[in-house]
Amino acid sequence: MSTSLSQFIPLLPEIFVLVMVSLILIIDAALGDSKRYVSYALSLLTLAGATFLTLQDFSAAPLVTMGGLFVDDPLSDVLKLFLYLSVAVVMVYSRDYLRQRGLYKGEFFVLALFALLGMMVMVSASHFLTLYLGLELLSLSLYAMVALQRDSSVATEAAMKYFVLGALASGMLLYGMSMIYGVTGSLALADISQMLADGTDLRIPLVFGIVFIVAGLAFKLGAVPFHMWVPDVYHGAPTAMTLFIGSAPKIAAFAFVVRILGQGLESQLTEWRDMLVILAVLSMAVGNLAAIAQTNLKRMLAYSTISHMGFMLLGILAGSNNGFGSAMFYVVVYTLMSLGSFGMILLLSRAGFEADQLDDFKGLNRRSPWLAFLMLLLMFSMAGVPPTVGFYAKLAVLQAVVEIQYIWLAVVAVLFSLIGAFYYLRIVKLMYFDQPHDTSPIETGIDVRLIMSVNGIAVLAFGVLPQPLMAVCVHAIGASL
Amino acid sequence: MFGFPILTLVIWVPILAGALVLATGSDRNAALARWIALAGSVLGLIVAIPLITGFDVATSNMQFVEKQPWIEALNVHYHLGVDGISMPLILLNSFITVLVVIAGWQVIQDKVAQYMAAFLIMSGLINGVFAALDGILFYVFFEGMLIPLYLIVGVWGGPNRVYAAFKFFLYTLLGSLLMLVSLIYLYFQSGGSFDIQTWHTTTLGMTAQTLMFFAFLLAFGVKVPMWPVHTWLPDAHVEAPTGGSVVLAAITLKVGAYGFLRFILPILPDASQEYAWFVIALSLIAVAYIGLVALVQADMKKLIAYSSIAHMGFVTLGFFMFNPLGLEGGLVQMISHGFVSAALFLCIGVMYDRLHSRQIKDYGGLVNKMPVFAAFFMLFAMANAGLPATSGFVGEFMVIMAAVKVNFWFAFVAATTLIFGAAYTLWMYKRVVFGNVTNPHVEEMQHVNAREILLLGVLAICVLGMGLYPKPFTDVMHVSVVDLLAHVAQSKLP
Repeated sequence: MSTSLSQFIPLLPEIFVLVMVSLILIIDAALGDSKRYVSYALSLLTLAGATFLTLQDFSAAPLVTMGGLFVDDPLSDVLKLFLYLSVAVVMVYSRDYLRQRGLYKGEFFVLALFALLGMMVMVSASHFLTLYLGLELLSLSLYAMVALQRDSSVATEAAMKYFVLGALASGMLLYGMSMIYGVTGSLALADISQMLADGTDLRIPLVFGIVFIVAGLAFKLGAVPFHMWVPDVYHGAPTAMTLFIGSAPKIAAFAFVVRILGQGLESQLTEWRDMLVILAVLSMAVGNLAAIAQTNLKRMLAYSTISHMGFMLLGILAGSNNGFGSAMFYVVVYTLMSLGSFGMILLLSRAGFEADQLDDFKGLNRRSPWLAFLMLLLMFSMAGVPPTVGFYAKLAVLQAVVEIQYIWLAVVAVLFSLIGAFYYLRIVKLMYFDQPHDTSPIETGIDVRLIMSVNGIAVLAFGVLPQPLMAVCVHAIGASL
Repeated sequence: MFGFPILTLVIWVPILAGALVLATGSDRNAALARWIALAGSVLGLIVAIPLITGFDVATSNMQFVEKQPWIEALNVHYHLGVDGISMPLILLNSFITVLVVIAGWQVIQDKVAQYMAAFLIMSGLINGVFAALDGILFYVFFEGMLIPLYLIVGVWGGPNRVYAAFKFFLYTLLGSLLMLVSLIYLYFQSGGSFDIQTWHTTTLGMTAQTLMFFAFLLAFGVKVPMWPVHTWLPDAHVEAPTGGSVVLAAITLKVGAYGFLRFILPILPDASQEYAWFVIALSLIAVAYIGLVALVQADMKKLIAYSSIAHMGFVTLGFFMFNPLGLEGGLVQMISHGFVSAALFLCIGVMYDRLHSRQIKDYGGLVNKMPVFAAFFMLFAMANAGLPATSGFVGEFMVIMAAVKVNFWFAFVAATTLIFGAAYTLWMYKRVVFGNVTNPHVEEMQHVNAREILLLGVLAICVLGMGLYPKPFTDVMHVSVVDLLAHVAQSKLP
């Protein structure tokens, strides 16, 4: 192993984020509550710096470094850029909400940035060890973030549930990894891929290992039947944390799945495809059906997340570059919509009031036609109705599924998305057809409104011109796998 | 011929005008919103005029074609073009949009800008449906138009509007999602193309054709609407504001029928021949049975809604006779029904604005108070009943002629519409217009104003003009229809 410094260059964004988060940790300790904006600004600066470094070192082809632990390829660079953007938007949306609830503390920034670091490691991992390290860094930060509101029993309960089930999932994942290690004698994805492609006699341990890994992944994604934690955590966590959990980690989870299934176990496609089919169908069914019965918007969106993850799995299970590309497009689009819709809850909340009941959206069109219009776009996009970008995400994964001749699966998927359309339409109905019962003015900063407008309009703009975003995803997958 | 992209203008002028109207904001600027909407809709009609003047009736090729790559990752193109089938429909839509804007001028006082914007945007999207030659582009317009229509029914509709809006949206979405899967399947069968004209020559096995036939049939059948998936229409019609009903009846139903001609017949000719009996049976049930249902309606809007279903049954019947007369008859019937149903819904709107009731029993003796209106109403009622010299007669007569050629009994059942149609329309007319004034509120009803006379007068000219001299319409369609039938006659089995 060479010890030259050049092998650290691909890691510069990670190193930078680590240094900055340590700095913020120290600086923030010396800041009073009135100077918290310094941490806020430093956090955004960190994201800007990381964006700059990632763009500087944008790779055209995969570059494996650190003795096979770390890979810098177009996929990781593109996904990292989306991660930075998503975390930055979360920080802007959450600011007022956290301040009003006494959660606007250094811990939030530090935990969010540590979670980001974990996600960056996951996205760039080419080894089971780094994958697991990244995942744990992310997960532990998230557990703490959910529990940050320590005097709220609901949040504490959610954190506990999240922690116990998350630890169980990590255990399963580790167990599966150890079996794969037993079969192949390596933890590096490239070696495993090579070894399995050559064929092995140890079919039974291999299949067992795959089952455990898929189960662990399903846990992290929140796919049915490993979804129990999702509604409770989404509902119980402070909305700002729900926003965080519901956005960037989905991108990281996608990368995690693609690295393991697409780069390590791609020769075992026939083994894991059927498992993913079951997960996808169940997720779409349970997610869409259970969402109908919800009266709490956060809980409804949690079930909607489950169904969206089911949809994303459709792209993954195709197992082709086309399929992974469509799943990546789906997850990026989903993140965009998720940011917008949870952000809207934050935007409508104020001190002592959570706008997380469906009825809080009643008559929004009378209170603020512009915000109602943005939410309308987001909801139709979630439902997959053109000309919003959500439609193209669905189109791309359906196309990948039809390509592998699973037409019945495409039919099942569209039927469940029809059911899904119902509860998104209900939000539109509440905003447009009903009278408001809460007429207090909506107080938010101009910057939050601006970002929200960009977020909502992006859903429409990428719907009219989806080509650039789709091309980025197709290119990233094509050049990396 | 024309250097600039006419179809793009036809689609985007109304949409951009709609966005502009939306920008006027709250009801304080309602007057401004109305005038911009009117200007936008008139401009939308003006930019569509070159489609007539520059149209070549001698060719069945697509005209005014525009083609740009749109989503390269999926090989989707921004591909537009019209033939003799779609061109008249675009004009009809652009024309009706102007009427709808005028019809909502005084009636709509709440959220005027949003109302006008929804109609303009929908008008642009519907033009897109008729002009799209790429499967995904078609789907985007086809689905996109649901959003404004959902809001129109739900926000400005009657008491049961929420139910109607949901039912309408989910019904139509069910059909179109299965169509989406078919479109993706066709993409792979045609070697990676979403081009509709390429699909016209793609070979397909019988099983695939059959499955796709029923998927498309559901998608377009719900929109037409065909019996037994028609139940959303009476609900949506009754609850929609006048403008919404006009657009629903005059335009959106045509989108479904248009889909038969652009997708089902040319792409799936063998399945179309095989299952023609099925569509014919459904069409005849719509004509005869729904005609009887219309007879017993107490609500005028519901009556006209059922009458629309019966008339659209004629359209699908004509299509599946597979001869030029039937197809052209169906197309003429589509245009004619666009005029007549729009006029009848406007008439009901005129009465509703004065009495705030749609129940037949609340009226009676209207001729004493509104003689001019009664005359217009008479003309449109006669057209709905298929009286010769009105446009309603031409299409029905052509379809019945075509049906006689195929099977006498088809024609026999179809011809019952001449009796039922006359019965339900004229009976309603009699109860509403003639007799003594029994409801004291009818005594207070005001004359039709200039705006209403303008609307009804323009439509009366269309109805009579098309009834007396339909040749320009059939000339435009003829070559395209013959070409379409050549596609249908050619087996695509591998």
